[in-house]
Amino acid sequence: MPNTFELIASSTVGAGGTSAITFSSIASTWTDLVLKFSLRTDASLGQDNVKLYINGGTANQYLTTKDVRGNGSAASSASEVMVINGNTATSNTFGNGEIYLPNYAGSTNKSMSADSVSENNATTAFTFLNALLWSQTSAITSIAIGSATGNLMQYSTAYLYGVKNA
Amino acid sequence: MPNPTRIEINCETGVESIIELTDAEVAELTYQAELAAEKKAEEDAKASAEAEAKASAQAKLAALGLTAEEIAALSK
Repeated sequence: MPNTFELIASSTVGAGGTSAITFSSIASTWTDLVLKFSLRTDASLGQDNVKLYINGGTANQYLTTKDVRGNGSAASSASEVMVINGNTATSNTFGNGEIYLPNYAGSTNKSMSADSVSENNATTAFTFLNALLWSQTSAITSIAIGSATGNLMQYSTAYLYGVKNA
Repeated sequence: MPNPTRIEINCETGVESIIELTDAEVAELTYQAELAAEKKAEEDAKASAEAEAKASAQAKLAALGLTAEEIAALSK
């Protein structure tokens, strides 16, 4: 069981927003990676979805996912990459989540897991659990997170942690 | 009007840069956003249709004389 957890880097989006937050030049020092995020987008939606850009690829390139989602009254399943807040959710609320990337520097395809929630002081909010597969055998050296339909708004944050088993 | 930006943090140096997207990257983002919006609209329509079908089925069962508890038990 990994017994270390170290902050590698973090970022907070400034005024004007941004399309994505990229962590580049990730060393292969750790066993696993954890990306934690708190995001709100400018899309005219209550809930938006995430786009991942791995090793400089295009949005969700080589990535497949299955999600199971719930809103408190019904559960369903689809293939969206996590849920975050859009800009019609309650003001100043953010969607939160975490992606766990085990063996990110290995030489096999990379499986990942993620949990995420949208937050909304209204009747509709979601929780997602995702299983993800990045079908490439190269080590992950760069990962970026952005919105499926808009830009990340000010005060959105992302934190990248390294987990090591020794 | 300038293009949107992206933030890049170099994990080796800790240096954070704000980089303006190229026109090609903006076009790709726009395309991806359109695809996402279409997919979301399809999923929303499917969910709405399923909810309507469920409500309709429950109403028909109630008309046959089933109680609310009996109808709820059918979906467990």
